[in-house]
Amino acid sequence: MKRRSFLELVGLGAAGVCAVPVARALGGASRTEPAPDALPGKRWAMVVDERKCLTRDGCKACTEACHRGHNVPAMKDPRHEVKWIWKEQLADVFPERVTPYTPAAVKALPTMVLCNHCDNPPCVRVCPTQATWKRADGIVMMDEHRCIGCRYCITACPYGARSFNFEDPRPSIPGELADYPTRTRGVVEKCTFCTERLAVGKRPLCVEACEGIGCGALVFGDASDPGSPVSALLRSTDVTRRKPELGTSPHVFYVLRG
Amino acid sequence: MHDAGKIFLGLGVFVGLVGAPVWYGLGRGPGAPPELEKAVEGPRCVEPTEVMRASHMQLLDQWRTAVVRRAEHVYVASDGRQHAMSLTGTCLRCHADPAKFCDRCHGYVGVEAFCWDCHQRKRRSGS
Amino acid sequence: MLEKALTGGRRYFALLGVLGALAALGLVNYLHQLQAGLGVTGLSRDVPWGLYISQFTFLVGVAASAVMVVLPYYVHHYKVFGPLAILGEFLAIAAVVMCLLFIFVDMGQPRRVVNVILYPTPHSVMFWDMMVLNGYLVLNVVISRATFRAERAGTPPPRWVKPVVYLSIPWAVSIHTVTAFLYSGLAARPFWLTAILAPRFLASAFASGPALLILLALLVRRVSRFDPGEEAIRKLGEIVAYAMAVNVFFVALELFTALYSDIPAHVEHFTYLYAGLHEHHVLAPWMWASLALAGVSLVLLLVPRFRRDRTLLVLASVAVVGSLWIDKGLGMVVTGFVPSPLGHVTEYWPTAREATIALGVYAVGALILTVLYKIAITVREELALDAAPEAPPAAARKVA
Repeated sequence: MKRRSFLELVGLGAAGVCAVPVARALGGASRTEPAPDALPGKRWAMVVDERKCLTRDGCKACTEACHRGHNVPAMKDPRHEVKWIWKEQLADVFPERVTPYTPAAVKALPTMVLCNHCDNPPCVRVCPTQATWKRADGIVMMDEHRCIGCRYCITACPYGARSFNFEDPRPSIPGELADYPTRTRGVVEKCTFCTERLAVGKRPLCVEACEGIGCGALVFGDASDPGSPVSALLRSTDVTRRKPELGTSPHVFYVLRG
Repeated sequence: MHDAGKIFLGLGVFVGLVGAPVWYGLGRGPGAPPELEKAVEGPRCVEPTEVMRASHMQLLDQWRTAVVRRAEHVYVASDGRQHAMSLTGTCLRCHADPAKFCDRCHGYVGVEAFCWDCHQRKRRSGS
Repeated sequence: MLEKALTGGRRYFALLGVLGALAALGLVNYLHQLQAGLGVTGLSRDVPWGLYISQFTFLVGVAASAVMVVLPYYVHHYKVFGPLAILGEFLAIAAVVMCLLFIFVDMGQPRRVVNVILYPTPHSVMFWDMMVLNGYLVLNVVISRATFRAERAGTPPPRWVKPVVYLSIPWAVSIHTVTAFLYSGLAARPFWLTAILAPRFLASAFASGPALLILLALLVRRVSRFDPGEEAIRKLGEIVAYAMAVNVFFVALELFTALYSDIPAHVEHFTYLYAGLHEHHVLAPWMWASLALAGVSLVLLLVPRFRRDRTLLVLASVAVVGSLWIDKGLGMVVTGFVPSPLGHVTEYWPTAREATIALGVYAVGALILTVLYKIAITVREELALDAAPEAPPAAARKVA
């Protein structure tokens, strides 16, 4: 029995050594702070004004600006597609608005979709490592360092907003890399309302691109600030959200064509 | 002891395999320490060199958590200077070529630095 | 006792060799998947979970089913299950190890799996699934080791085993309930959003696990002198019969709710399963086969004359395992993703590499099972010989 006890001891000892190591604290009086010119916002939201959106004329300004600015790859295999903001048909985004008498042209109307940054996000609820979480300002954020690639969040998202890196994205990133990290294979990614830009006082790339072509269909701002352009739209116009019956309380709102 | 011959033979093979790096290194003398390229901008790093040598990974982890998880972007160092917490943006401003800096030590000790799987090894001019 | 696994006949080592080769083949392919990413599988943006997670789901049921033997034997002193209990516990160990391996090979960033422990997240069902699965493995290892060591020494097991066994019973139910909760709390997937998912999981577990145990017990009887007991196998057959009947009943309940309410979000999944959707119907033949196997197994199991026939019981057990493996595996998991939240149908079928990796995981599980069963058989044979060295081993039986 002595050999068995010895082996047990070695096994338990090895398990103990592998216990979580404590990170060494850095000496000195260093600290971290928010950037001084970060955009203040207590509840970020976006309104997609489909009355103005030019996607039906082939416009891709928002998608291109976002994907270029974040090094989103253009995968050849459609099964491995990665997309942060893109267009879908109205009938697929708002199936409840389709009647037997809806014209085919209306059913096929292109509608921009992206992460809804829900108030009550099911993806955050299921993530086993808090690699995705809800910030105090409402943004559902991604920590690409912590993600273990289990894809539970993709499974839980009712909007199909998330993408997984099935392969190394770098070979498929078109053009020159933007000043932003890429991701690596095995992690999930999605729209983050451009947190890296909000932090330095800029608005999301899609919003600026849409304004830049003179369209302005994407309105972004602080929904808790009554003076913001987003609030103005939310209070004055008939807005709708995707799948409201699920209780996720999305904060991407849509003004649909009358 | 039973099977003494087999046991000692097995032990010998085991020690030979596991100690292979030691036998390989014997008689070759100590390897030269890696030569790191001097920083293109000076005069000093975010924190003193000894601190960086010992704890740069802890510093980077601290920056990572602050930027990604707390939306903080400014690092106030122990000497009071402020820096943007960015691997490519700040570290590579001075240590411009990771191949001549980071890779030298990491290659020497065989510790994979997989930062570059995502973060970019070349700083964009003007960023 | 581990040294009992180091000696054996030619068939034993041949089996170990074959399983080892399959495991090695799986490993080589897994290393490629690590390098290239999960794109080497048939998974897609619309179908993020497939073969690996479906096998994990099926095997959690097999692992939980040990409770079907443990509960009668340890709590209700049903002595008939005495010789069988260790086989059930060892099957549970092999099954849980395979579950953990299937989860591991499915991870996009496996080296970060430790994050689940470093950053515990109680609001995530997956966190709890990891905890209860590992806990169940530890429980089964501890219980089977303590009881078997005691049996070999001819002494009663230590007193602390009893409460640990009592703990393992609700724990077994919990591992499969928590796994069902992975699916049944997701608003995004109406196909899984049903309270009956956990009961369905348990019913199919209590049918497929004991059915597998019947086949294994008969195999053990054929290749060794250890006989788990004629009555034990018969009783297992009865358990499988009732569990399979309940399971099929639950499926019918689901079909009724979906088809009678005629709500598209519910109906379309079943349409995809049995008829196909938008010209995509890769799963349909499999689902009909699963139904047919279920029907055949029910007839063979519910008619006592058929159930008592050894050959028919084997056929029924194979049919049960086959039917539920299809139903709970690809049938349940993939269908949750079809159609996607945006109404698209992206089909899924495993790639050759994916199947090879899965086969490798099964080979590892079979290896563990073979080794553990070899130990159990050898010890039991030795005990029988010690008990009656003159008479032929009491456990010897002619196989029909």
